[in-house]
Amino acid sequence: MNIQTHEHDVIVIGAGGAGLRAAIEASAGGVSVGLVCKSLLGKAHTVMAEGGIAAALANVDERDNWKVHFADTMRGGQYVNNWRMAQIHAQEAPARVRELEAWGAVFDRTPDGRILQRNFGGHRYPRLAHVGDRTGLEMIRTLQDHGIHQGMAVYMECTIISLLKDGERVVGALGYYRENGRFVVFHAKAVVLATGGVGKAYKITSNSWEYTGDGHALAYHAGAELQDMEFVQFHPTGMVWPPSVRGILVTEGVRGEGGILVNSEGRRFMFDDIPENYRNQTAKDEEEGFRYCLGDKNANRPPELLTRDHVARCIRREVKEGRGSPHGGVFLDVSWMTKPGAFNNFKDPEFVRARIKDPVEHIKKKLPSMYHQFKELGGLDITKEPMEVGPTTHYIMGGIRVDAETQMSRVPGLFACGECACGINGANRLGGNSLSDLLVFGKRAGEFAAKYAKERSAGRINPQQVEQEMRSALAFLDSPLGQENPFQVQYDLQNVMQDLVGIVRTEGEMVKALERIEELKERAKRASAPGNREYNPGWHTCLDLRNLLTVSEAITRAAIERRESRGAQFREDYPEKKAEFGNRNTIISKGPNGEMQFRWEPIPEMPAELKRIIEEMK
Amino acid sequence: MGKVTFRIWRGDKSGGSFNDYQAEVSEGMVVLDAVHQIQATQAPDLACRWNCKAGKCGSCSAEVNGKPRLMCMTRMDTLPHDQPVLIQPMKAFPIIRDLVTDVSWNYRVNKKIPPFKPRPPDAPDGTWRMGQEEVDRIQEFRKCIECFLCQNVCHVLRDHRRFGQTDTDGNLTSGKGPSEAELFGGPRFMIRVASLEMHPLDTVNRLPLLQKELNIGLCNITKCCTEVCPEHIHITDNGIIPLKERVVDEFYDPLMWAARKVGEALGIRRRKSLPIVKP
Ligand SMILES: Cc1cc2nc3c(=O)[nH]c(=O)nc-3n(C[C@H](O)[C@H](O)[C@H](O)COP(=O)(O)OP(=O)(O)OC[C@H]3O[C@@H](n4cnc5c(N)ncnc54)[C@H](O)[C@@H]3O)c2cc1C
Ligand code: SF4
Ligand code: SF4
Ligand code: FES
Repeated sequence: MNIQTHEHDVIVIGAGGAGLRAAIEASAGGVSVGLVCKSLLGKAHTVMAEGGIAAALANVDERDNWKVHFADTMRGGQYVNNWRMAQIHAQEAPARVRELEAWGAVFDRTPDGRILQRNFGGHRYPRLAHVGDRTGLEMIRTLQDHGIHQGMAVYMECTIISLLKDGERVVGALGYYRENGRFVVFHAKAVVLATGGVGKAYKITSNSWEYTGDGHALAYHAGAELQDMEFVQFHPTGMVWPPSVRGILVTEGVRGEGGILVNSEGRRFMFDDIPENYRNQTAKDEEEGFRYCLGDKNANRPPELLTRDHVARCIRREVKEGRGSPHGGVFLDVSWMTKPGAFNNFKDPEFVRARIKDPVEHIKKKLPSMYHQFKELGGLDITKEPMEVGPTTHYIMGGIRVDAETQMSRVPGLFACGECACGINGANRLGGNSLSDLLVFGKRAGEFAAKYAKERSAGRINPQQVEQEMRSALAFLDSPLGQENPFQVQYDLQNVMQDLVGIVRTEGEMVKALERIEELKERAKRASAPGNREYNPGWHTCLDLRNLLTVSEAITRAAIERRESRGAQFREDYPEKKAEFGNRNTIISKGPNGEMQFRWEPIPEMPAELKRIIEEMK
Repeated sequence: MGKVTFRIWRGDKSGGSFNDYQAEVSEGMVVLDAVHQIQATQAPDLACRWNCKAGKCGSCSAEVNGKPRLMCMTRMDTLPHDQPVLIQPMKAFPIIRDLVTDVSWNYRVNKKIPPFKPRPPDAPDGTWRMGQEEVDRIQEFRKCIECFLCQNVCHVLRDHRRFGQTDTDGNLTSGKGPSEAELFGGPRFMIRVASLEMHPLDTVNRLPLLQKELNIGLCNITKCCTEVCPEHIHITDNGIIPLKERVVDEFYDPLMWAARKVGEALGIRRRKSLPIVKP
């Protein structure tokens, strides 16, 4: 087998926040680490995160602590979260954020010089450490600039297409360099997947080309289980106009800073529908909501900051019932506060005026990249006019099923962390909980992968498996079975998922989606890529498509089985939440004949201590 | 808005040429959309980099009608439609294919910069205290998205043309070799050093590195870098010029550095630093 091979103890696939943090920790464990990513280093999705990192530092509101964060996360996830992961996450996030500061990150500051925290949907207290609205950039650059000095080898623009096994155990991975199409084998004792999400399965998404569910599919084919795949988060506020920017995210920070949602009749419709379990925590009127945004500890949050699943559905309802904006969204407005007399009918306008001297400058300072994004891409000044927004596919709560403590999947030697892993978020993720998840569980995955590697000798790579994978990848270029355009197949898949397995679902539509996915699988096999192996996007798309189809099928199958509405899953045919589904997770795995299998996994009983916390925080 | 011709450079290390493609242009479209449309319908092997499509990752750098730009932030309605839109890869870096260039040199320069090392924590819980005013100026530098457009236009880097290129095994395949290749660090790494040197908590002295390895002296303040920066970072005024001053100070008076680091730790702004240009 004449193919470049790199030997490492641990290989980490993915260099977003989770992968970088895992690689740093594994290096600290004294083992040899290779870090592989599809893009250049520092370009992973994490760079796009805007709003912040959730951690109960209690710098802004001293009432915050891990228990409140834990209860918020469980409530947001509608209690199908892995409670142990939610607990670990809430307990360890503060230390992980402080560690970033020790590595050079520069967060915005409180008046007394500590890390500033902002409000976000579903979080009871201001909890998100942030840097304006470019927190992800700060995080990835800090990890990157720290990481490259920890002794790891970095392989950029290298795509992994298959995990290699020795019996039950994972012993490496096969990939190709995008630049020249050459194959490369990574021989390792442990493999950490940190490949991010699946957004490219949908037409309207905030996600980049990389989000083709590679890690999910790699793990699935290697024998790991996928959990809760039906829970796909549709972020309520994506751009809707102009068409070419449709789906690009408008951070929740806009609402956290006092942005309001309004329909075409000028009505602030979020006040009309407040779920029972959030009623105690929601503002009674507009003034109270805005005071909350300005840091009044006695005020409750405005209804715009209810959980994402709920806000997204309210927006969809307004549009569907004919009260939408001209381009099929609703209005998100921060410019209201710049209008003369904006605070005149408040009972205490001085409270606001003391905090916002110059509303235009206030908006620009708090939301610099949103100001920039709308100015440059939408041709609109957000300090003067409302934005038009609508739901966009944003995040997947479901993913590779892992052990809460170690992040190892059921396949020995295969670990997963970050968005491609599952557990902490349940049926709906709270904003800011992803970045903290990456740090907390990235660290754990790195730590336990290193430990696992130290305790074992290297496994054997099976040259036949490598040969076969290379042959099937090259077939699209050298001897295609047909003339399908891979971009067209991907486009058609995105339409199927958008229309049939989107924000509102029914059994009939999803069964139709499965049929369409079968057809698309056949077409994907006949895809062909003209040109050669050097940096050939057509070929790369042929390979990515296989993963996209696998995750699309998994999402659809799991969504069919969960015959209820909970969190991000809304079933028009089963609009109610059902207790019988409240204590189990959906599990997808690969059957003995290569078919996709489904089963339910009961959620273990929560310890009394955690139950008590949830009760107390109700 | 109708069809527009795009004249895109196609080729690799061994050479190439411009090819014409037609694409349908609609409202609000950016250049990257057109490239994707062409890729999906006419030229599936047209190579380009992109990730975020929102000006946040710095992947899609290229030259559009001769100007270094992010393709995802260049709206079609800012370009004339009656003549072909010219799209070329960044000129300064070695070509990989089509619009994709080898920017690996930048990562090698970055690795030479000694990492951040903070002073001992200020509080018993292991945390530090910094005021917002103290961090404002380095937050400007930390906005950098590593698009390398500033590196692309810097005439010092262009003239030297010494970006070493390596293959996937790490062997140097072109350029003059690592020692010569790194004659000038370039604006991106000047502001990266600035973000560390002016970090209120940092304790490392990188001035010798600036002077001897990154050769800050070669910059003659033409400000071409600042003009192209999509993040509107005042690379020269707020970054390079104050650093040049520091290097000079240190050269004449090594005690200056120590005094300044202590001063910064105490939150005292340096006497000689220039006023910060507000974005
Ligand atoms: C616009 C936007 C804003 C967001 N804002 C926030 C926020 O404010 N707060 C928050 O908590 N969360 C936010 N999120 C969510 C959060 O950013 C992501 O969930 C998180 O960054 C995912 O990180 P990750 O490390 O799991 O993966 P990523 O950062 O996506 O990294 C994935 C890595 O895997 C690599 N990869 C993928 N497939 C392969 C393969 N086959 N071979 C090799 N490498 C591969 C990629 O190259 C990349 O390096 C936001 C998301 C978006 C899209
Ligand atoms: S100002 Fe200096 S760094 Fe910037 S382009 Fe000119 S010579 Fe290069
Ligand atoms: S300084 Fe500006 S131009 Fe240079 S790499 Fe950073 S963002 Fe790009
Ligand atoms: S694609 Fe990210 S900056 Fe253009």
